[in-house]
Amino acid sequence: MEKTIAQKTVQVNEEGYLTNFAEWNKEIAEEIAAENNIVLSPKHWEVINYVQNEFKNESPLTIRKIGKSGVVDIKEFYALFPVGPLKTATKIAGIPKPAGCI
Amino acid sequence: MSEYKGEIRKMMIILSKASIENVYAAFVLANGARMEGIEAEMFFTFFGLEALHNKKLDHLHVATVGNPAMHMPTMIGGLPGMEALATSMMKKEMEKLDMPEVREFLDILKASGVKLWACKLAMEMFHYTKEDMYVDLDGVLTVGDFYKQAEGLGTHMLFI
Repeated sequence: MEKTIAQKTVQVNEEGYLTNFAEWNKEIAEEIAAENNIVLSPKHWEVINYVQNEFKNESPLTIRKIGKSGVVDIKEFYALFPVGPLKTATKIAGIPKPAGCI
Repeated sequence: MSEYKGEIRKMMIILSKASIENVYAAFVLANGARMEGIEAEMFFTFFGLEALHNKKLDHLHVATVGNPAMHMPTMIGGLPGMEALATSMMKKEMEKLDMPEVREFLDILKASGVKLWACKLAMEMFHYTKEDMYVDLDGVLTVGDFYKQAEGLGTHMLFI
């Protein structure tokens, strides 16, 4: 379906995840973050860049991997994205919601 | 369902067994709750305490006896070394899925905000002390204390 985020019309799925990463930009990220009560700090951006790189490398994301990323530890990750951290971080990053159970 | 339209706010997971498949099931459910923005607390009771016991938690096994889904005759499952073999096979598969070992999983749960409680009655029964247990244990609780922790709308309780 279509949704207008930060004055741009993009394709999203029923959960609000962008379905075409090429349509993503930083303003969209900021607006999705705001919808989730998050103001993006430089640390948030480091995480967003990290998950986007993992997505580009087709490497599945898990909480364990985030903990070993060298970007944040798991505690910090939850502090940055308190409610459903991996779901929220990937949504802001414009990539699909991770499909795994861990 | 009127409370929060049936939305789950908190999972209280009771682990009463220490065969590794049960421990992992409980851990995955607790971690999965946190990953969805749901609070989670775990209560370790009876044999479930082994998953918290410092000297035991790194050596938990799959149950090969009395487990029909192993598709292994009970007498074979009871042979020496069978549990260790089945466990090492299972661990290899789990590593492929990025499943951590038990101790690392406990660290992840703690870092994710899961509360870990040991059952007072079972601790006394096995003569364990808090010092015997995983270092980041939140405390030793009675059943009543644990129910108190569960207070609030949208709490669900699960016994494994």
